Amino acid sequence: MRGLIKAAAVAVVGMAVRRLVSPGGGDGRWQRGPLVRRHPRWHVVTVNRSTDDVVRGKRLPEPLAGLGEAVEIRFRRAAGDRGIELAVRLRDGDRSAVIAGIERLSGRDPDQAIRAALREAKQLLETGEVLHPDYPPTTESTAVNRPLQLATRQGRREGRL
Amino acid sequence: MKALVWQGVNEVAVSRVPDPQMRNEQDAIVRVRKTVTCGSDLHLLGGYIPFMQRGDVLGHEFLGEVVEVGPQVRRHKVGDRVVVCSFISCGRCWYCQQELFSLCDNGNTNPAITESAWGFASGGCYGYSHALGGFAGSHAEYIRVPYADQGAFTVPDGVSDERALFASDAAPTGWMGADLGGVKPGDVVAVWGAGAVGQMAARAATLLGAERVIVIDRLDNRLRMAQTHLGVETLNYQTQDVGGELLERSGGRGPDVCIEAVGMESHSSGPQFWYDQIKQQLRLESDRPIAARAAIYHCRKGGSVFLLGVYAGLVDKFPLGALMNKGLTLRGAQQHGHRYIPMLLERMARGELVTEHLATHTMSLDEAPRGYDMFKNKHDGCVRAVFEPAA
Ligand SMILES: NC(=O)c1ccc[n+]([C@@H]2O[C@H](COP(=O)([O-])OP(=O)(O)OC[C@H]3O[C@@H](n4cnc5c(N)ncnc54)[C@H](O)[C@@H]3O)[C@@H](O)[C@H]2O)c1
Ligand SMILES: [Zn+2]
Ligand SMILES: [Zn+2]
Repeated sequence: MRGLIKAAAVAVVGMAVRRLVSPGGGDGRWQRGPLVRRHPRWHVVTVNRSTDDVVRGKRLPEPLAGLGEAVEIRFRRAAGDRGIELAVRLRDGDRSAVIAGIERLSGRDPDQAIRAALREAKQLLETGEVLHPDYPPTTESTAVNRPLQLATRQGRREGRL
Repeated sequence: MKALVWQGVNEVAVSRVPDPQMRNEQDAIVRVRKTVTCGSDLHLLGGYIPFMQRGDVLGHEFLGEVVEVGPQVRRHKVGDRVVVCSFISCGRCWYCQQELFSLCDNGNTNPAITESAWGFASGGCYGYSHALGGFAGSHAEYIRVPYADQGAFTVPDGVSDERALFASDAAPTGWMGADLGGVKPGDVVAVWGAGAVGQMAARAATLLGAERVIVIDRLDNRLRMAQTHLGVETLNYQTQDVGGELLERSGGRGPDVCIEAVGMESHSSGPQFWYDQIKQQLRLESDRPIAARAAIYHCRKGGSVFLLGVYAGLVDKFPLGALMNKGLTLRGAQQHGHRYIPMLLERMARGELVTEHLATHTMSLDEAPRGYDMFKNKHDGCVRAVFEPAA
């Protein structure tokens, strides 16, 4: 049964390595190889609020405002009355995948900051708050769960968004 | 406070952990009165969902008393007796508005794992690993309940703790299987698994007007329970010919709706079991879909199959040919409890939905490791072990 834990750790580390060479989030882009330069892409969330509700305030939700000049931000009414789409991308900075991967592992990847800001902005607009994880945690740190802890610490900054 | 924590694969222990704290203005803190084992926990215990860490508190089906509310909580006050949905949902995102509550966009504080694994993240769940948010579970003296206005439901006075407890998870899960599986008056419905979830699905099918409901398992005590308490028919897949019986009982057509309430640790006595068991242990498939395969095979042409059993990853030898050529509808979901709990509590109050028989063993939280051992190994006819932290 210990094998199961090892398998989990391998899976998590595997996920991280895949991301290292695939800043897009570990999906099909894997095939492009690590050295291709890529243009910053749009990260988009749909918020279940009317365009008016969001734009009328004339002020960006705080997490997005916090990204400052480094990013471009777009709003668009979502099709089918789904609310409003918020899109963010880095203004400039074609980065090689290797640089992006290193930044990502060290937690200094601007795309991670964009993901977290978008998720938090959406939560603020939809629910009025950003949902926080439990604190203090009951989880203990052990040698076995270190990779998983690393992965979960980045929970809001990672994923495919 | 005292809590039952995961220590490693197949190891749980009662230990002291920090008390939960309010983290959001919409939170409540609930003193747990009753908290119960679920088949889903077995997948965590066995390490089949590899996102548990030492010290994580287990448990997601519970009832208790509100002891603290945040400034934004409107519907609850200190002293309310509440049953809490096992899934954590905001009630305001698009998915919640569609009543697909377990798909909530704002319930999982750690969306990266499931987003990477499944394409998109599901909602959060208490005590259900770091993949579903890492929220502490309910096998504890106290628990933090985020989005308390949405997730906690006041229990009507006439309904006992023993009955209302199952409105948290087992009853809404079973109801969802029958409802979203599309059970209609006059249908023949087959349910794989006679655990609490399968039994609740069978009861829901009856209440939705099914003419024949047939529950399939190998544990005679559970099948007898389904006959006695739910008045449904049963089949023992080890001693009876399931295919032949289902044909005979459905006029040769096959069941209209097949509900699978077994999940990824499905059992069988044939070579199929060893095939899946070995592949699972070698990580060549993560889940054993034996009952799911059977449900698809036996379902009538154009019928509907609903997966209530939990699956985590990949399965093998999946009968896509049968699914496609018979024109089946296949659905599955984690439970959208918020959609059903108020209605279920009313039915409980009217005596239409009875659940007490599921609680075969009740004990103090200190005895929870023994409770899990009994529940996992189905000893002494254990269907659900209920823990009382205050006892
Ligand atoms: N979708 C949801 O939101 C949700 C909620 C709760 C539980 N679940 C899942 O539902 C499943 C059942 O939960 P439970 O608490 O009733 O579990 P349980 O372990 O008490 O019951 C499972 C039953 O399935 C039977 N079984 C095993 N293999 C079988 C087979 N091949 N054919 C027929 N029966 C078979 C077992 O004998 C047992 O009685 C689990 O996978 C659990 O994770 C899902
Ligand atoms: Zn459950
Ligand atoms: Zn929601």
